[in-house]
Amino acid sequence: MTDVEGDIALKFDVASVRSEFPILGTTVRGVPLCYLDNGATTQKPLCVIETIDSYYKSSNSNIHRGVHHLSQVATELYENARATVRRFINAASDKEIIFTRGTTESINLVASSFGNRFISQGDEILITEMEHHSNIVPWQLLCERTGAILKVANVHPDGTVDIEDFKRLLSTKTKIVSVVHVSNSLGTINPIKDIIDVAHQVGAKVFIDGAQAVAHIEVDVQELDCDFYVFSGHKLYAPTGIGVLYGKEEILNAMPPYQGGGDMILSVSFDKTIYNELPAKFEAGTPHIAGAIGLATAIDYLLGIGIANAAQHEHMLLDYATNAMRGIPQVQLVGTAPNKSAVLSFTLKGIHPHDVGSLLDRDGIAIRAGHLCTQPILRKFGVHAVNRASFAIYNTIEEVDRLIASVQNVIRIFA
Amino acid sequence: MISQSDIRDLYQEVILDHNKSPRNFGKPTEHTHHAEGFNPLCGDHLQMFLNIEDNIIKDVKFEGEGCAISKATASLMTSELKGKTTDEAQHLFDKFLSVVTSDIDSPIDPELGKLSVIAGVREFPVRVKCATLAMHTIKNAINNEGIVSTE
Ligand SMILES: Cc1ncc(COP(=O)(O)O)c(C=O)c1O
Repeated sequence: MTDVEGDIALKFDVASVRSEFPILGTTVRGVPLCYLDNGATTQKPLCVIETIDSYYKSSNSNIHRGVHHLSQVATELYENARATVRRFINAASDKEIIFTRGTTESINLVASSFGNRFISQGDEILITEMEHHSNIVPWQLLCERTGAILKVANVHPDGTVDIEDFKRLLSTKTKIVSVVHVSNSLGTINPIKDIIDVAHQVGAKVFIDGAQAVAHIEVDVQELDCDFYVFSGHKLYAPTGIGVLYGKEEILNAMPPYQGGGDMILSVSFDKTIYNELPAKFEAGTPHIAGAIGLATAIDYLLGIGIANAAQHEHMLLDYATNAMRGIPQVQLVGTAPNKSAVLSFTLKGIHPHDVGSLLDRDGIAIRAGHLCTQPILRKFGVHAVNRASFAIYNTIEEVDRLIASVQNVIRIFA
Repeated sequence: MISQSDIRDLYQEVILDHNKSPRNFGKPTEHTHHAEGFNPLCGDHLQMFLNIEDNIIKDVKFEGEGCAISKATASLMTSELKGKTTDEAQHLFDKFLSVVTSDIDSPIDPELGKLSVIAGVREFPVRVKCATLAMHTIKNAINNEGIVSTE
C-alpha cells in the first residue's frame, strides 16, 4: 500500500460508507451490484431515505400556506434546507437559493427569464463544445426567440477547453457565458475561476453548470464570483426531482418570474398582480418539499465525510482504473485532461458501447453506454457513443478490478 | 465473471459473425426505395436501400453505424427478405416484433428462421430498439416514408 492509500484509509473507511447505502447490498443477475454509473445518478444513503420517510410519516404538509402546526413544521424544514444549501455553496443570502427540479430546469429558468428580459438580436451567448445537451438547447431556443447568436469555444484533443479560442470569441457582444464546471463525458475540471474573470471583463454574466461538480469539489460562489451556479440533488446522494439555482440577488431581482402561480405572488388582482420577493418569486406552486429536505440531509452527510476526502478517494480509484485501462491495447480513453474528476470514458476497438454495456450488465456492473447527452463533443472525438464508468464515495478497488476483468472478457468474446 | 456459456442467449456466434462481416452491406448502384433510421439512445444510424419490382423485393442492402445487435439483425433480416413479396415481408416483421417483445420463456416462432437468434434480446428490454431498427427502416422504405426513429 502506498503512503497515499494509507493516509486515505485513516480518514476514509469505504466499508462503513458502503454500509450506509442499502442498494449496494443487492445483487444483479445473481452477483453483487457493482454500481459505476454515478455520473448519471448516485445511490442514496439511509439517512436520506429515512429523512424522506420520516417527513411523510410525521411532518407532511404544504408550506407557506397554513397557520396550523404541521404547515409550520414543514415550512421550517424546507427553509432550513435552503439555509443548508446556502452554506454548502457559500451564497451571501438564502434569497439567492432557488429550488428547482434540477440542473435542466435551472438552466431553462435562466435562459427564459434572464434571456427574455436582457438578450436581444445580435447579442452573443458563449458556451463550449463539451456542454451537456441541457446547457446547449435552452440557449439555442433563446437564440431562436431573440435573434441572439450562439458561439462555441473549441475543446482540445485531451478534453480541455481551448482558452485562447474562448478569449477570441469573447467580446462586448457576449452577454452570457455558460460553461460546465466538470464535464460529464470527459471528466475535465474546467478553470472556471479564470473563465469567470475574463468573461466579467467584457461585462458578460457567467452561468456555471455544476451538475457533475458539487459532489466532488468544494464550491464557493462568492469566491468564484459567478452570476449563476446550478446543480441537481440526485447526483449528490439526494433524491431526484430537486435541484438548485443559485443567482446573485441583484440579478435575480431584476429578472421577471419564470412561471406564474401560487406562492410567487404577493397579491393578485385582474388589474395588477404583485410578485413575491426572492426566492418565492421563482418557486411557483407547491415544490418538492421532501426532496429539498432530503437534499439538505445529503449535503450534511457528504460534508460529514468531507468533500476533499471524497475527492481523494475517487481520484485514487480513477488513477487505478485509468492505469489498468491503459494496459489494454483495445481501449481508447476519451477525455484525458490533466485535471479530471472521477469520470472514465472509453471505447473498445470495433465493439459498440451498447454491446459492452449489456455484457457488463451480465456481470452485475452498471456503467453508462451511449452519447451521454453530449453528442457534439463525442462527434468531435470521432465517436457516436462511449462507455463511461464514474466513481463515487462508496466504490472500491475490487469493483474497478471487476470492471477491468469484465471489459477484458468482452474483448475476448468479440475477438 | 461471465463465461461464454452464460451469454448463450444474446451474443452467440451467429450474431458475432454477422456483426463482424455483415451480409448485404453497402450502397447498391440503383434502388427504388430508401429510408434512414435512427436510434437516438445511442446514435445508431442505418440506411436501407431496396429494389422492389412487382411487389417483390429483388434486393435489399444497408449501410450505417450500429451495435452488434442492430448490425446482425440488419444483416440477417436483409438476407431473409430477398425474393419475398412486400406482403410476406410485412408478415415477417409482425412475427419478428411479437417474438422480440414476448416473455423470455415463450417459444420462438419457427417461421423466423435464422432471425430467431435475435430472440435473446428479450432478456435486455432496452436493447429491443436496437433489434427493431432495421425492420422499422425497411418498413418505412417500402412505404416510402423517409425517416424513422426507434425512440
Ligand atoms: C454536466 C451536466 N449538466 C446537466 C445535466 C442535467 O441534469 P438533470 O438531468 O439532473 O437536470 C447533467 C446530468 O445528466 C450533467 O451531467
